[in-house]
Amino acid sequence: MTKVPVPKEKWTGAIGELELGVPREKGGSREPVRLGGNQGAPFLSFEDATPRTVALAGLVADSLEDVPQPVRDAFGEDAGDPVRWARAWASRGADLVCLRLTSTNPEEGDASPESAAETVLAVLRAVPLPLIVYGSGHEEKDAKVLELVGERARGERLLLGHAEEGGYKSIAAAAMANGHAVIGFSNLDINLAKQIVILLTDFGVGKGDIVIDPLMAALGMGLEYSYSVNERIRLAALSGDGMLQVPMICDCSSSWKAREATDDIPQAGDTLERGVWWEATTALAALLSGADLLVLAHPEAMELARRAVKGLRGEA
Amino acid sequence: MPTAIEIFKHLPKKNCGECKYPTCLAFAMQLANNKAKLEDCPYLSDEGRAALAGSSAPPIRLVRVGGGENALEMGDETELYRHDKRFFHPTAFALRVADDLDSEGLEGRLAYARSLCFERVGQVLRMDAVEVECRSGDPERFASFVRTVAEAIEWPLMLRCGDPAVMSAAVEMVKDRRPLLHGASTANLKGMAALAKAAGCPLVVCAADLEELADLAASARQEGVEDLVLDPLATNLKELLERCTVIRRSAIRKTFRGLGYPIYLGIPEGRDGMLMASTAVMKYGSLLSFEGLPAANALPLMVLRQNIYTDPQVPIQVRPDLYPVNNPGPEAPLLFTTNFSLTYFTVLSDIEKSKVPVWLQVVDTEGLSVLTAYSAGKLTAGSVQAALEASGALQRSSKGVLVIPGMVARMSVKLNDATGLHIIVGPKESSGLPKFLRSLE
Ligand code: B12
Ligand code: SF4
Repeated sequence: MTKVPVPKEKWTGAIGELELGVPREKGGSREPVRLGGNQGAPFLSFEDATPRTVALAGLVADSLEDVPQPVRDAFGEDAGDPVRWARAWASRGADLVCLRLTSTNPEEGDASPESAAETVLAVLRAVPLPLIVYGSGHEEKDAKVLELVGERARGERLLLGHAEEGGYKSIAAAAMANGHAVIGFSNLDINLAKQIVILLTDFGVGKGDIVIDPLMAALGMGLEYSYSVNERIRLAALSGDGMLQVPMICDCSSSWKAREATDDIPQAGDTLERGVWWEATTALAALLSGADLLVLAHPEAMELARRAVKGLRGEA
Repeated sequence: MPTAIEIFKHLPKKNCGECKYPTCLAFAMQLANNKAKLEDCPYLSDEGRAALAGSSAPPIRLVRVGGGENALEMGDETELYRHDKRFFHPTAFALRVADDLDSEGLEGRLAYARSLCFERVGQVLRMDAVEVECRSGDPERFASFVRTVAEAIEWPLMLRCGDPAVMSAAVEMVKDRRPLLHGASTANLKGMAALAKAAGCPLVVCAADLEELADLAASARQEGVEDLVLDPLATNLKELLERCTVIRRSAIRKTFRGLGYPIYLGIPEGRDGMLMASTAVMKYGSLLSFEGLPAANALPLMVLRQNIYTDPQVPIQVRPDLYPVNNPGPEAPLLFTTNFSLTYFTVLSDIEKSKVPVWLQVVDTEGLSVLTAYSAGKLTAGSVQAALEASGALQRSSKGVLVIPGMVARMSVKLNDATGLHIIVGPKESSGLPKFLRSLE
């Protein structure tokens, strides 16, 4: 028989591990989710025997402006209430909830930090899953909102999103003071991804408390850039670049913004089914290029992403 | 590709310069970089030529199926990661038809395959081939069915049948179309290889075990068939990802020629099949044969293929120029956008929807979207002004207004200074253009 050379790469690095949520015995209230820890290219068991785990987070928002209609429809009345929405995700098997406090946007509802923090606590009480919490994307307001959220949810180890090169100090401080982890966001560029980790660690955030978000562009909206940036980040981390050896989060929910996902297009089939696959295909590209944590908006897309993870692990 | 030193060992070492390089070593260095051709040295011995021709072949063989303008080329890839250079030959998609279909069923299925065709950012996305499967086990029936298919569609063909005796009449029928034959396994290798060789057709070899697959490929070569395609018989995502990765990596990293061929994958129906297909597009599949491809899956899959096979150095672009949309006259307003294809075609279709005549100036942003170009300093008041001047836009539109993308409202003042035009900030998303343009009239 011909001998086939086993083309194993000799990696010198591994992705750091990080837990979200704190179990009861350690003073928290939920089973933690563990991210990272891999030592080889995604899902290649001949290179990295530890099975790859990827955590799937379900998107919840506390106001509906930015929520695509098919996603609202999928959750019916539950979408009007973050607590019920989060419960719906828990019953559909999500590993985490990703809560966006969009109601705090000063240009929309302008809800107070106080009421946002109440929402976070209510969701924490309602579901046994760890939480990712985002503000509204308004820099100054987010600083206030996330500071209070961080304080009130002390001891629950949230993942706070997100810190950017332009303004990371207040959110980093909110995370550090209360034992939370933080998302370092950068814009589709390996050097910028590294830069935000350097800034955060210089500021005092532990490397074990950082997840990077290199911006997952959706299918048809620049997916190819994200796919390659993610791959490069992963390869650099495995080749020993310490500042990139942190778990990676990819938010696939922007897929619904691609018009081809749901426009009426002749011969392109049912629009809902296509939209679900649009998000799922984005998720699959994220998985294969190195994501450790996915944010998904539609429950059917999460179902597909879960099938993909199982299948890639050889369990389906 | 061997190193310059390895190549040098096989050269005549005369340093005569007839290859247009001063020394044999210099020539070897050019060869190693693919910048010179072996034929340029008139003194190369036959043994040297044989040794070098073999080792300078691409790590993955280029295999052609079909002929003429419909020919399908696959293989000849050089990278594991698209960011290292690019992927060259987009994964081809084939729909399978079986000889148990009646003529109506066949017509319907071919029409369906043809209907999965979309225009996107100036390119056509479509299915590439038809695979004809023998289920009847009847040589005559299969042959006549294959002929019917061949007459009905000009696309490249694949013939799927495990028995060379059953396959042979069909191959004979369409061999001038250079179909891909699927396939050879340990059980039928000799017969299949003989058939492929006699008809001059490329051949798929099939085995789940990669060493067995390499053995089969070696045997097929011994039988005289060089144009081979590998089917690693993946039945789930893990097998697909791992087998394709080992094949691609061993060919490229280890220059292991035993598996240096394009990869064929049979895609089952259902959700897992669709996940397999998407994985194969990203991870080295050359040719996917679908048992079924629902319409709702076709577009995402084809867009994924288009994304992954885009040259990372060169975004898909359109020519910067002034474009008339909906038959504009001098009174029609002037709009601008960027030359990134995705941006241009999105905006164009929205303007067309509005039915309002406009002049659309496409500004050269080196293929970047509006905000990306703005952030990168490639979309400035100066570059817009230069574009308007170069295209003579102001001689075409005499309305004196310029509608700008809502995302770059902050350019208004500078644009007004640079062009002297009245600047109107348009909607942020071009989907707002129909309503907006009608309100302008
Ligand atoms: C893919 C992408 C890239 C790709 C490039 C893709 C390309 N060929 O353009 C890459 C990775 C190269 C890239 C790089 C950068 N990017 Co970028 N990128 C994106 C991303 C994810 C998608 C852009 C896209 O394709 N949009 C789709 C097209 C169709 O949108 P569009 O061109 O804007 O067109 C729409 C509207 O503007 C409007 N419209 C267009 N024309 C017209 C005309 C009229 C008259 C009207 C009325 C409307 C209209 O309609 C269109 C459809 O709705 C966005 C984030 C996002 N999700 O949007 C960031 C984004 C645009 N990038 C951003 C940045 C900062 C950069 C960088 C500077 C960062 C860096 N890494 O250094 C670089 C600069 C590039 C360089 N060469 O230096 C920022 C811009 C910030 C800002 N608000 O100004 C964004 C918004 C990301 C973010 N949230 O921070 N990027
Ligand atoms: S022509 Fe051949 S022998 Fe002469 S220098 Fe070139 S490589 Fe050497």
